[in-house]
This record gives sequence, C-alpha cells and structure tokens, in this order.
Amino acid sequence: MSDTNNLKDGNGSVSEETLSLNDDRRVKTLSPGAMVVKRFFRNRLAVLGLVMLAIMFLFSFVGGMVSPYGEDEQFYTYTFLEKEYVGVTRNEDFRYVSAEGADFGSAAQAQFLMAQMMGKPEFDYKDVTYGVEQEGQDFYAISVDGSVIAIAYKDIVNAADNIADLPFSVKYAALQMYTNGSTGAFSADGQEYTLDEDGNIIQGEEAVGYISRFVVQSRENGVVISRDFKERLEEVLDNEGTEFVYTGEDGEEHNYTITYDAAAKVWSVMQETETYVYSQYESPSKTHPLGTDANGMDMLTRLMYGGRVSLIIGFIVVIIETVLGVILGGISGYFGKWVDNLIMRIVDIFYCIPSLPLIIILGAAMDGMRVDPQIRMFYLMLILGFLGWPSIARLVRGQILSLREQEFMTATEACGIRVSRRIFKHLIPNVIPQLIVTCTMSLGSVMLMEATLSFLGLGVKFPFASWGNIINDVNNSYVLTTYWFIWIPAGVCLLIAVLGFNFVGDGLRDAFDPRMKR
Amino acid sequence: MRNYIIKRILLSILILFSVTFIIYAVLRCLPASYVETMAMQLAQQPGAKPYQEWLDQLNASYGLDKGIIAGYFVWLGDFAQGNFGDSWKFTVPVIQKFHDVIWLSFVMGAIAFILQLLIAVPLGIVAATRQYSRADYAITAGALIGISLPPFFFATLLKLVFAVKLQWFDVSGLVGRTYAQLGSFEQFLDKAHHLILPIATLVITSIGSLMRYTRTNMLEVLNADYIRTARAKGLSEHKVIYKHAFRNTLIPLVTIIGGSLPGLFSGAQITETLFSIPGIGWTAYQAMIIGDIPFTMFYMTFIAVLTLASNLLTDILYAVVDPRVRIA
Repeated sequence: MSDTNNLKDGNGSVSEETLSLNDDRRVKTLSPGAMVVKRFFRNRLAVLGLVMLAIMFLFSFVGGMVSPYGEDEQFYTYTFLEKEYVGVTRNEDFRYVSAEGADFGSAAQAQFLMAQMMGKPEFDYKDVTYGVEQEGQDFYAISVDGSVIAIAYKDIVNAADNIADLPFSVKYAALQMYTNGSTGAFSADGQEYTLDEDGNIIQGEEAVGYISRFVVQSRENGVVISRDFKERLEEVLDNEGTEFVYTGEDGEEHNYTITYDAAAKVWSVMQETETYVYSQYESPSKTHPLGTDANGMDMLTRLMYGGRVSLIIGFIVVIIETVLGVILGGISGYFGKWVDNLIMRIVDIFYCIPSLPLIIILGAAMDGMRVDPQIRMFYLMLILGFLGWPSIARLVRGQILSLREQEFMTATEACGIRVSRRIFKHLIPNVIPQLIVTCTMSLGSVMLMEATLSFLGLGVKFPFASWGNIINDVNNSYVLTTYWFIWIPAGVCLLIAVLGFNFVGDGLRDAFDPRMKR
Repeated sequence: MRNYIIKRILLSILILFSVTFIIYAVLRCLPASYVETMAMQLAQQPGAKPYQEWLDQLNASYGLDKGIIAGYFVWLGDFAQGNFGDSWKFTVPVIQKFHDVIWLSFVMGAIAFILQLLIAVPLGIVAATRQYSRADYAITAGALIGISLPPFFFATLLKLVFAVKLQWFDVSGLVGRTYAQLGSFEQFLDKAHHLILPIATLVITSIGSLMRYTRTNMLEVLNADYIRTARAKGLSEHKVIYKHAFRNTLIPLVTIIGGSLPGLFSGAQITETLFSIPGIGWTAYQAMIIGDIPFTMFYMTFIAVLTLASNLLTDILYAVVDPRVRIA
C-alpha cells in the first residue's frame, strides 16, 4: 500500500514512512494554548455557545447596517378611524312660538301641557281663557278670543343658515300643512311659499327654512352640518338604516354608521375618516418581518440596535470591572499586609451593599432628575462597573497570593525588575485564564442586569432600544396577550446571547483546567 | 474558634457601619423628591403656608435638615434603640409593615429553596457520575439555561401560557376575587394557588447554580484517591457513589445551603414585583421608587445584615462540618 499511497497523499505519509518508531517527531505535541483550543472545540456545548454568540453579534452589529430602516425611524399608515360626527335626538317636547306682540310665558305653557294631556279644549290662566285647538299631529294652536296667539309643536321649524328667523305666520302656515301630511304652495305675510316633500320651505327659488322632528348637533367644534346632509340622515333614520355613504361639499366620500343609544335616546353618527397615524403594532409582514412596535418602528431593526446597545453595555461594564478589579486585586495580593487588609475590607463593604436595590434607587432618582437618555446610559455603565469589580479583585488577589511564593517570582526579584512590571508582566498574565472565564460569565450576568433594569424602566430609555426595554412593552397587558411578536423575539435574543456567554465561559473553564481528562 | 467568631462578628459590625453610611449618604444626596412633592401638595391646599415653609417643616420633621454625617448618627442612634421610624409611603411604622410582609416572602423563599434542593442535588449527582454522557450534557445545558433565563421574561412567558391562554392561574396578585367570601381553609388554598407561578419562576431561574455546584464538587470527590481505593477493593458502584462519594460532597453542600438560609428572608424583588405578591421585595420596590428613606434604609440594612450573616454562617459551617478544616 505504501507506494500508491505515497503518490496520492504527498508529503505527510512519506515522512511518517521514513521516521523510526521511537522518533520524537512521531508524537504529536501541542503547545498549551493549542491544547486549550483543542479541548475547547471538543466541548459541544461550548462550540454551540460560540455559534450562538457569533449569530447574535452578526445580527446586532451587521444587521443594523444591512437593515433598510433606521433605529428610530417611524412608519405611518392610513387608517380608518371612526369618530363621532353628529348626535341626533328626536324632539319629544313641545316647543312654543308666540305671535308678534303676544305673550305666552312658561307658566302658561305648563297650563297648556296639562290641558293638552287631559284633552281639554280650553284652560284658564290669570283670568284669561285660552282656547286649545289641535290642528295637526302634535301641533296645537292656542287662541285667546278667537285669535291665535301661540302655537305648540314638536316638528321643529328651522330657518335656513343665511336667514335670521322665519315670521310667526310662516311657521304657523307651514306647520299646518306639514303636520297634516300635505305639501304645496301656501301664502303667509303676503308672500308665496312652497312646502316640498322633504319639509323644505321654499320662497321663489330659495329654501328659507325646513321642518324636521330631529335635532342634529355637531360633535366637533366648528363643523357646520349642511341641510343636505341632514336630509340624507333623516331619510336613513326614517328607514331605520344603520349605514350610509355621503359625499360632502368638498367632494370627499365618507362612510357613516349610526348607533342608537336607547338610554340617552340619542343616535350617534360615526364618521369614518382616513387618518395618517403611526403604524402601531402592525403584524409581521414582508416589509416588517417582526411587525412594528407601539411607536410605529420596525421591530426587527429595533431588535438589532437593541442587541448592539445591550452587548456594548455588557462589554464596557465588564471592561470597567476588570480594570478596577485587576489593579486593586493585583496591588492587594502583591503587597499584602495593611494594603491587602485595607483593600479587602473595601471589597467586603462592596460585597455587602445590596446592588440591585441601590441601582433601582439610582435609576428612580435619574427618572426624577430627567437625565438625558444618552448620559443616563453612561451613568448606568459606570454604576454597574463600579459595583461589580470586587469579585474580580478577590479572584486576582487569591491567584497572586499563591503565585508570588513561586520560584519565578523570586527570580524576577533577583533580576531587579521593577514592581509594576513584576505585577503586570509576570503575575497578571498567569491570572488571565481565570480572568477570561470570569469575564465571559459576567458578561452574561451584566446583560441580564441591564435588561432587568431596562425592563423595570430604570435602565436604557427610549429612543434607545435595548432588549430589556423592548420587553418592557408587556407592562401593557394588551401587548402581553395579543402582540407576541413585540416581546418574545427580544426575550429569545437575550436568552441566546446570555446563554452563549455562559456556554463559552463554561467551556473555557473546562478547557483551561489542566486536570481535565479530555 | 470562639475567638475567630468574635473577631468576625466585630469585623461584620464595622462593615455594616460603612455600608449603612454609604447607603445613607447616597439616599441623602439624591433629590428628596418625596418631601418636595409632599410640600408642593400641602402648599397648594387653600389657605396653606407657602411651599418653602412647608418644605422646611417637613425636612425638620423627617430629620433631613441636618447634614449627612449628623443625620447618619441620629439615624444610627434611633436604629440601635430599635426605633426604625415611620414609612413615608405606607404611613405606618416601618417595623409593622416589615412584620406584615416578611413571612410571605420567607414562605415563598423556603418552598422554592426546598424544591430547588430536591431537584438540583440528585440531578447534579447524576450529571457528575455520568460525565460527558447525554444526561450530563442535558443537565449542564439545562442548568445554564436556567441561569441565563431573564426572570422577568420567563415570568411573562409563564403568565402568557398558564394565566392568559390556559387560564389556570390569575395573572398577578396573591388572592383571588372571591377571597373574602371563602372559608379559612379555602383562603389558604387560594393563596397557595396564586403562589404557584411565582415559585415556579424562582425555582427554575435559580436552580442552575446549585446544580452546577453539586456537579463540580461531586466530580472533584470522584477524582479523589479514596474513591479509587473504594473501587479497587471491589465495592459496588452504588456503594462507592452514595456511601463514599456523596457523603463527602455533602460537606460543601451543607456549607452553601447553611449559608443561603439567611437569604430566604431577603425576598425575590423582581418576581414579587412582576406577580404583585405583597412580600418584602415588592414592598421595598414600591418604597424605593418614591424615595421612602426610612423604609429603604431599613430594608437595605436588613439585606446587608443577611449577607454578612450568611457569609459568617458559611465559614463557621465549613469548619464545623469538615473536621479537616482548621480556623486559626
């Protein structure tokens, strides 16, 4: 097999062929670093963690660049909003108009009502006898000594918009016809009028008024309801319809729906208007794969930028922690004695400070002071970093305490190397493996802490996105139940990133441990 | 031993002084928004004194008119005499509010802790005895997932699935709507029912570290020489693991379990807040948000004492349980 294989495989098998059995080169040796890498990649969970982290980093840092939308770009949409346009009531009370010069006060009106209910043809009030005559449906003429001084009616006579009021005699004559169901021409005050089928009172070519049982009130300020609209509305109400389309004077067509409130005896007419609004909580679609959030921002893009913020905060906090921890831990471990004692007591104190409550208080205070969101983010990183260094300082100190007794440190002392160099060049590098493991793990926990604070509304604030403050939307219970696409992806991203750091950290710990069998 | 304990206690008291002073200073340096809001409200009432007078009066009555250091010693003096002041938020003495809510937190913490022990320790041992097996990978991955799960996210998921979709539980709160009409036993059941989701959240998000701790320590013991000896003399694997290995694993376990006992009183701030469970965590959260200094000071001091106590307990237990450990 040797000859053919030699040709095929090339150099590798040739050398193997020619080496003697006890040649050192036959034994594969690996540097300690390569051993660590090999052990790391044998650990399936660690590799999985690495893949997860790579995906999250790509998603957050490259995704933001690839995404066609900006971090706080808002999207708008046209939507049909139903707004109450007018309210309509049917008049059920008598209204009174008295003839010019005649007086028919409210006390007399009450007397009339009693007479009308009991069906009496006349009533007395203040020594005057009033005659009551029904002239049509819900229409009465009140007379004294044979001459009509007032009329009582339920069908309201309205003057047209450009006319102040109609004279009494016109109203009287028009109502006489209207309440008896007749239409046609009539004359009053020496002028000719026509009453048409819709209850319009026409003088010549011009409508001067109309009669209607309905009272139509605009629900919006400054909106004048045209007669044309009212006619159309009345027609629909008479047919007990609930929907109609009306084209306004501006030529725009609107849909109207009518609802009747039995308790208040009011028909409210809702107008559908097209409004330009933030595209809120839009369901996932091709343009927005994860929909949009409460502010009409693309969810997927928010998620990418949120990841960027969360990861950057995690890294900066861990860097602050590590720098403080290594310097203080290194000094403490190397010098020992009172320096060590002092620094370790400070560490004890920091350990003892309840950090989550303290950060919550500081967050609430920043809320109170209305700190700018960007500056707030820096404060958050500083606070988290400043509260997190003691554990690293303890780790570094413990390692250095055991390392400084070893021979190579005696050698550095004998060579006369200066102290700072001895600590940071000879001692610290030996602590690096444990430091890397701790840093990786604490990246995960810092991200969790930031997310928790942002979730409580005390960490990263709008307009900046972070995975925690995206999930914050579930405080609105409607979002919790209906819009899963708002908060579940953010939670999953957070879980994947933190889990990735923990898997990798765990794998590194095993890989750096020389006692590990594999 | 006794000297060691005395020394540690004295040191703890010193640390406690520093910690309470730092917290007091932080609280005092913050804008005293609560007092200002109160003064603003009082000043707006008809015929009231001007804002500044109210502010001065309130500051004086709350002891905020002194400097930080003087104020701290006044607080310390009151604290030492057991006078913890009145809560601003709840308008009752701090100690009374504390007494009302602490036991609920303790019960919740204790149940969650027992469940954690029952689940985590056996699983940790299984993972260690079958290192690199599928079970080990599954358990390690499960433990890490538990550690990595954001409690607020997990709690929300539980709410969505079990409270909203399946409607087995209420979304939040400790008692149901019909609580007042129930008999005493049913009231107890009602409360227990409302505690299921919060306890599930607590157990699942904090089980991981205990599981990993058990596994690591079990692995260390299994690599020891006396285990090899036990195997060499032909003991059954069952005996090797449960008689020789597990007993030795118990040493660090008992130590850490003893150390976490004080922590049962500290309450689960996030979980209680999410589920609106009126325990010490949620109560303290409400107090902290509005800047209720007396309650916050009391709570923070309480947590600090618990931390110190658990550290001390861990060290002492370590020496008590393991005869090989000597404390100078």
